[in-house]
Amino acid sequence: MEWLQQLMNGISIGSIYALIALGYTMVYGIIKLINFAHGDVVMIGAFTGFYAIVGLHLSFIPALLLAMAVCSILGVIIERVAYRRLRNSSRITALITAIGVSFFIEYTFIYFRGAQPQSYPKDVLPETSINIFGAKINSQALLIFVITIVLMIILQLIVHRTKIGKAMRAVSIDPETAMLMGISVDRTISATFAIGSALAGAAGVIIGIYFTKIEPLMGLLPGIKAFVAAVLGGIGIIPGAMVGGFILGLVETAVSAIGFSNFRDAAAFFILILILIFKPTGIFGKNVREKV
Amino acid sequence: MGKRCLKAFVVGLLSVLLLAACSTGSSGDGDTIKIGANLELSGNVASYGQSILEGIKLAVEEINNDGGIDGKKIEIVEMDNKSESAEAVSVATRLISEEKVLAIIGSATTGNTAAQIDIANKEKVIVLTPSGTSPTLTVNDDGSVNEYIFRTSYIDPFQGTVAANFALKELGVKTAAVYIDSASDYSKGLAEAFIQDFEAGGGKIVANESYMQNDTDFRSTLTRIQSANPEFVFIPGYYGDVGLIIDQAREIGIDVPLMGADGWDSPTLVELAGADALNNTFITNHYSSGDPDDTIQNFVEKFKEKYNGKSPDAFNALGYDSVYLLADAIKRAGSLDSEKIKDALASTKDLQLVTGKVTIDENHNPIKSATILEYKDGEQVYRAKIDP
Repeated sequence: MEWLQQLMNGISIGSIYALIALGYTMVYGIIKLINFAHGDVVMIGAFTGFYAIVGLHLSFIPALLLAMAVCSILGVIIERVAYRRLRNSSRITALITAIGVSFFIEYTFIYFRGAQPQSYPKDVLPETSINIFGAKINSQALLIFVITIVLMIILQLIVHRTKIGKAMRAVSIDPETAMLMGISVDRTISATFAIGSALAGAAGVIIGIYFTKIEPLMGLLPGIKAFVAAVLGGIGIIPGAMVGGFILGLVETAVSAIGFSNFRDAAAFFILILILIFKPTGIFGKNVREKV
Repeated sequence: MGKRCLKAFVVGLLSVLLLAACSTGSSGDGDTIKIGANLELSGNVASYGQSILEGIKLAVEEINNDGGIDGKKIEIVEMDNKSESAEAVSVATRLISEEKVLAIIGSATTGNTAAQIDIANKEKVIVLTPSGTSPTLTVNDDGSVNEYIFRTSYIDPFQGTVAANFALKELGVKTAAVYIDSASDYSKGLAEAFIQDFEAGGGKIVANESYMQNDTDFRSTLTRIQSANPEFVFIPGYYGDVGLIIDQAREIGIDVPLMGADGWDSPTLVELAGADALNNTFITNHYSSGDPDDTIQNFVEKFKEKYNGKSPDAFNALGYDSVYLLADAIKRAGSLDSEKIKDALASTKDLQLVTGKVTIDENHNPIKSATILEYKDGEQVYRAKIDP
């Protein structure tokens, strides 16, 4: 049952992309900024999880929560220090600043820690293989999938059932009117960064456990691919990010599975090009004419 | 930038250049022989460079304590090339033009050594790589030999051949899969030799797949390999990727013997793959600290004494041997003229080193034996020694 095995492989990678893509899409939805430092928040999450497990001897769930907490604080700080002042400047200014923040985090971290890769401890989660129709499913992969789904459900509840979620939706539609209605725009944007970065932190720990190797530049490629996933689903649309992430994971796996593993990374960017040509608003996007 | 600012900047720049030009020393004068070490001390394969440097330091300490070479002490100038070939070139340039070294030891990998070929031939400075195993380092495509490039290790095809023979004869397998790092000449060279000799010996290659360096997810390609049902998988890559490959291969149920070469040799491999997953895997290597040979046991003892009981790996041994190989040539040349030393190095014969009895052939490649090691619960265990 090779295809079933491959399907599971694809879903596992896809759920990681989806988690990261959510952060991209939430930030874009609210301030129209592509936060290129998002991948580095993932890296910080992975290392926080690592130090929590090895240094503080925490088990998986507390380490995951700690990494999410640290990352959400980091996300709020990044927004406060780098992006808030630029909120009314041109979009390209903010974009370039985001790239600067990304390099700043990466190389500050390398300066203090060094660039050598680190292997994640292996005994964090019980690892057994479950046999389903001849395909060997790793129990870790299954757990990762479950955690991703749980986090996504929590996110949906926050966005649609809470006051802050309502505020986020309001600000994303029209910040000025939202402000007139008594919503604190600054605080809402901070909350968005906090939630998006917490998901990135969770993705970091999951990457560490699933792929074993973490390093200071590890956030770069998954970050960019998650950006592709977000665009694929329709940037700014939360369900779109999830669907885009899973599709991207499955496509990459399929490309490797038919024997073109060297083109796997190219496939993701080929999808980006196709989407931008044929449906720039993404799968879930509606065509909105720009107001002049 | 204002005009005055610009002027100050230009003056500053000029004075820096002037200072740099003045501050260069020179080798060979006085009582020291300066030898550069252009090594991977940080970055992706940092563990190779650091191990080699430990070996070099031990050998230099021994030679200097015994009175040096003809009364002259060796001084090692170490520089980090960050595991990048562009950086390796700039380090080589700095070692030659600023430090005026007599010879350079390094780099650890084929790619980083290849980057120094032009500068070595042009400046007539010997570059001795302890562990660069690609044949193309010393011999060009047209068959001409790079006069100033030497190596302490054997070459890739030999490791591939040894692996093929070991798989066919010792393990008795008939089908094999090959999983190559598509960006690395080292990996391709080994795989080529393996495939050729495995098929010549009656075996069949059932899958030939490749990955990209720094990938983290290998599961989909491994699933593809598994469905071809090989009895043996040859993975000639570097430990950073191979560690993850082994872990993920065992996870999806590839239980057959896996084999690689000296690129696996790093403590990080055991951390990444896990000791359990590494059982039933083999590597060809330059030497084993478990080899009962006298020269080797003597070296192991001295190494442990200097480095708090740490058992030396193959890169430690190759770094150590590189210094002795070079020292022997300098002694026989009888002068500090790099052309004479180069000729002496090329005519090395039956020199007993830790990694075997070395004779340098006409292509600047040492002829010596290879060792096969097996991983048992995370430890390398000596399995066999195979002569060329």
